[in-house]
Amino acid sequence: MADLNPTVWTRKDLIGIEDLSREEIELVLDTAPQFVAVSKRESGIKKVPLLQGRLVVNWFHEPSTRTRTSFELAAKRLSADTLGITVAASSSVKGETLHDTLANIEAMHSDVIVIRHSCAGAPHILAANHDSHIINAGDGRHEHPTQALLDTFTMREHIRAQRNDPTAGLDGVKVAIIGDIEHSRVARSDIWALNKLGARVTLCGPSTLLPMHIERMGVRVTTNLKDAISDADVIYALRIQLERQQKGLFPSIREYIRLFRIDNDSLRNAPAHALIMHPGPINRDLELASEVADGPRSVILEQVSNGVAVRMAVMHLLVNFGGKRPQGVA
Amino acid sequence: MSLAIVNGHVIEPTLGLSEPMDLLIDHGVLVKMGKNLRGDETIDAAGCVVCPGLVDIHVHFREPGYESKETIASGSRAAAKGGVTTVVTMANTNPVIDNAGMVEFIVRRARETACIKIRPAACATKGMKGEEITEMAELKEVGAVAVSDDGRDVTSSAVMRRVLQYADMAGLVCMSHNEDETLAEGGSMNEGFNSTILGIPGIPKAAEEIRIDRNIRLAELTGARLHIQHVTSAEGVQLVRRAKAKGLCVTCETAPHYWMLTDDAVKTFNSNAKMNPPLREPEDVKAIIEGIKDGTIDCIATDHAPHTPTEKAVEFALAPFGIIGLETSLALVITGLVEKGHLSLERAIALMTTAPSQICDLNAGILVEGGPADVAVFDPNAEWVVKAEEFASRSKNSPFLGMTLRGKVKCTICDGNVVYFAS
Repeated sequence: MADLNPTVWTRKDLIGIEDLSREEIELVLDTAPQFVAVSKRESGIKKVPLLQGRLVVNWFHEPSTRTRTSFELAAKRLSADTLGITVAASSSVKGETLHDTLANIEAMHSDVIVIRHSCAGAPHILAANHDSHIINAGDGRHEHPTQALLDTFTMREHIRAQRNDPTAGLDGVKVAIIGDIEHSRVARSDIWALNKLGARVTLCGPSTLLPMHIERMGVRVTTNLKDAISDADVIYALRIQLERQQKGLFPSIREYIRLFRIDNDSLRNAPAHALIMHPGPINRDLELASEVADGPRSVILEQVSNGVAVRMAVMHLLVNFGGKRPQGVA
Repeated sequence: MSLAIVNGHVIEPTLGLSEPMDLLIDHGVLVKMGKNLRGDETIDAAGCVVCPGLVDIHVHFREPGYESKETIASGSRAAAKGGVTTVVTMANTNPVIDNAGMVEFIVRRARETACIKIRPAACATKGMKGEEITEMAELKEVGAVAVSDDGRDVTSSAVMRRVLQYADMAGLVCMSHNEDETLAEGGSMNEGFNSTILGIPGIPKAAEEIRIDRNIRLAELTGARLHIQHVTSAEGVQLVRRAKAKGLCVTCETAPHYWMLTDDAVKTFNSNAKMNPPLREPEDVKAIIEGIKDGTIDCIATDHAPHTPTEKAVEFALAPFGIIGLETSLALVITGLVEKGHLSLERAIALMTTAPSQICDLNAGILVEGGPADVAVFDPNAEWVVKAEEFASRSKNSPFLGMTLRGKVKCTICDGNVVYFAS
């Protein structure tokens, strides 16, 4: 294992990127490579005993395949026991409160709770009131911190390779995030992480999907795709939910494609080295053309691979170095 | 048996009194105000202000239908603890208060269980559906003092026009909840930078302002009296200011949380910072205080809206709107307005007694010889910490828990009875 200095890590939970320091983010990114290596071992034995005997509960109140699988795999590769609680089988439909459900899970001596919830703040209110390590796997439109960590990790790996500098960071790197910013927790967490790491973020999407005062987060905002990507080192396309169009937030899929799709045509305005990223799942040929998603600039599947390693790093830090719930907190 | 309140400093807004004085109470009546009064029993109010029992024209006592949140009995005890002796209860109970029988039910329950005066508001429209106006003349006869569909606005402008016209004929003030439902739909907090970073769907100020504007225009069209409930935004205050300058019969209220807090209070996802209309931004707080100072805002009302701890201990978006306010309102007026130098104590008391009383023609909030002995005694300098376990309300949903406030009620008297006495 690499010789890292985890003393900067004192957190019990990972709730959001907003309150992380640059040092904490960098510690996660620096901890991740050893776990990338675990998954690529020649022996084929992709497992380390760092969470042996621990119980990791994946508690998902929203449908998710990618994130849930990634967390489950990360826990298993750390030798933890895993338990999955999904929406259909959960108690929330039976009227049980979030706190009661978690108290019941904790009565079975859980160590880590990975929670996804459609309401912003759900992981936050749980973390303040329970002893398990809480990891936010996406809460409403609020935050998706592990996504931002795997995204910035993936960006950093490529910038280091492109510049042939194994210590390069994201300072000055230009990232354009395109699409439905309003409803995107990925965008919010990525903005926090990228800003803290010194990158320069431009947001672009239909005016109806840009939330009020988003520029006050310290980002450039434009509705012109060409303008957004003309100097981008990274182009990050967000998923467009089809129900947004049905709710009248933009007039038609056709017009969205005309104005905002990342395809070979629109990419003529972007630098040749620009990476293409997407949090998945892709609406193929809607926000991202197949030719680009499957093309040489796309690092979308690497994001998925890195996701497992970054989540291993997060669980390792929380369980083996993290703090406890402060006493007396209501 | 007579009761003397001695050594206090009496503030009585209608008479413009603010001086050391004693009160003598006998058989529920304030028989004398003067110097050196003696009674069979004595309350020593040294260091305290003695004023008319406070009046709150916007409370939700939840009975009938939601008695686990509050009842007329528990709500009245909360009021008494806050120095309040007269309240106007809102009609969005279950069933709603939209007919004479329901108003009579409230009046009867008040007589049987309340320790203070309960004056019901009735619905403006039947079933609170915003379609047909209620039988306002009869509602008034049996005790309603206002009509309001509070909790929602009357969507149809045509219906709202009829409500205003008819209420005016019936001699009732219409109190409007101002909210464009299509703009507010799905929102849980003020729309602004905080809602953007928290990812909580927002309610724009325009949702409130559009309807304040509409309701004022309908008041102008009909010449009717209109009372605008819970004004929260700078532009909302400005709309009322303009209406008053035009000479329209428009009044408005605001609640203590709208000058004490901003939407920063939502940053911890505290569901006790969730109410409708939502907490706004610093420039709005400034305008609310300005509106109170220049008289644009006529009175303070709490929108006391109890919800049980279980109902509030959920995800922010799923939590019900509303906070309790009766037991903290006087202290928040003193702490947030008087101590900060925005208002004199005399003017503050007027905003919590005579001013709200006049809006609903309650004939309350006044100290007069021969009148009912409704009195509040409070220490304007005493500091206290807001604690959940000390609320008399059945609910504890206050965003001020843990906060140190100045101004503590020592004793509340309603119709000559001591209904609250600080131990």
